[in-house]
Amino acid sequence: MALKDKSMLIDPLVDNNPITLQVLGICSALAVTSSLKVALVMAIAVTLVTAFSNFFISLIRNQIPSSVRIIIQMVIIASLVILVDQVLKAYFFEISKTLAVFVGLIITNCIVMGRAEAYAMKNPPIPSFLDGIGNGLGYGLILMLVGTIRELFGSGSLFGVQILETVNNGGWYVPNGMLLLPPSSFFVIGLLIWAFRTWKPAQVEKRDFKIMESEGSH
Amino acid sequence: MLKANPEITPKQGLWARFMAMPLDSAPRTIAITVVLCLLCAMIVSAAAVALKPQQTLNKTLDKKVNILKVAGLYEDGIDVEATFAKVEPRVVDLATGKFSSEVDAVTYDQRKASKDPESSVRLTNDPASIKRQAKLASVYLIRDDAGDIERIILPVHGYGLWSTLYGFLALNADGNDVYGLRFYQHGETPGLGAEVENPKWIAQWPGKKVYGSDGDVRITVSKTMGPDADKHHIDALAGATLTSRGVDNLVKFWMGEQGFQLFLENLKKGEA
Repeated sequence: MALKDKSMLIDPLVDNNPITLQVLGICSALAVTSSLKVALVMAIAVTLVTAFSNFFISLIRNQIPSSVRIIIQMVIIASLVILVDQVLKAYFFEISKTLAVFVGLIITNCIVMGRAEAYAMKNPPIPSFLDGIGNGLGYGLILMLVGTIRELFGSGSLFGVQILETVNNGGWYVPNGMLLLPPSSFFVIGLLIWAFRTWKPAQVEKRDFKIMESEGSH
Repeated sequence: MLKANPEITPKQGLWARFMAMPLDSAPRTIAITVVLCLLCAMIVSAAAVALKPQQTLNKTLDKKVNILKVAGLYEDGIDVEATFAKVEPRVVDLATGKFSSEVDAVTYDQRKASKDPESSVRLTNDPASIKRQAKLASVYLIRDDAGDIERIILPVHGYGLWSTLYGFLALNADGNDVYGLRFYQHGETPGLGAEVENPKWIAQWPGKKVYGSDGDVRITVSKTMGPDADKHHIDALAGATLTSRGVDNLVKFWMGEQGFQLFLENLKKGEA
């Protein structure tokens, strides 16, 4: 693999992560991270959809009239999402039950549209495909991190395997119920962004404006 | 860019003229959109049709697993179809409390029927907040080796805090002893209302009696113990008052006059 291709896959993991740097796709990250299994399937689904939608959109990018380009992107993305949903329902029924509406909501995931509009419309199919995989993985990485924290401390298990025996089942661990509720992932993602930007200060955005020194005293 | 290309003469084919049009011209925009939509529609419908049998299979299998679980016949890795052969699906007319042969019990979909005005009634007294109730209800009978009914499995549903809870209540042959209760679909708060799935909470149900000696529904989910608590009382879920109340209502509703009470009485008398 050429150096450029490799960096396309690795860059979105940390340096250009769609969630922590671009702050895209937050809504689904809130909903599906209460258990790792669901988060993993969601990550795979989003990676596939982003990669293939990037690929197909890039394939026909020279034929897309710019006046209807968003609609055309949506048609392709929506078709792919329905395909994923149907396959999940047919072969991974248990998981599709827990994911329920969230698979359908991949259509509205800003990462998919964002990459189509920002990258696939201007670049050839193969790099676009890799860009989709990379961004999907970046999204997946955060999903897994948040999922690990939420499932471990919220229900004392990882991938459904009990790690910390909870009080309800006769153990010692009092689970933090708040971590199972969607708002908790706001806090976890916020802390992650803080951690990422402390580690890589280059990600900190410049201030849009500077607060003026007030003149005189009040 | 918007001007027609002067090198294209009318002699050239329609295709060449089409390709020479600017991308943003109306005919080209419409043509591209239509072709793409048709293509996508074809792929999506092909996938939906091709995967439909597998999906229906999953759904029925899932339902069977749930019935087996509440009946205490399920273990990981068993052959669901083979075990389900012990279960006899029947349909009951709730108004008369007798078995009905109007529909095929194996394929009858009670949930679908409860949405159709033809096959359901709008409830005026509706403690379980289900709005419409199907006239016919599925029941599942498990017989022992001698052919006598061993367990009766009744589908129940009702509104909790956020969602409708769907589950099965299993009774022993006398139609009064609870064998178990299980919810297989709901959207209650994780950690609070969703504890209706907690094994420890579910374990309270077996052995409780639904009806008192006077024949009234006595089983209660509540925080406080009433008379005969050891026979009829289920401790409510901590921190989930409304879900507990929902479970209380739905069990009372389905075991009561509007639910399976008549059928259970008939069954005991051998007249169902």
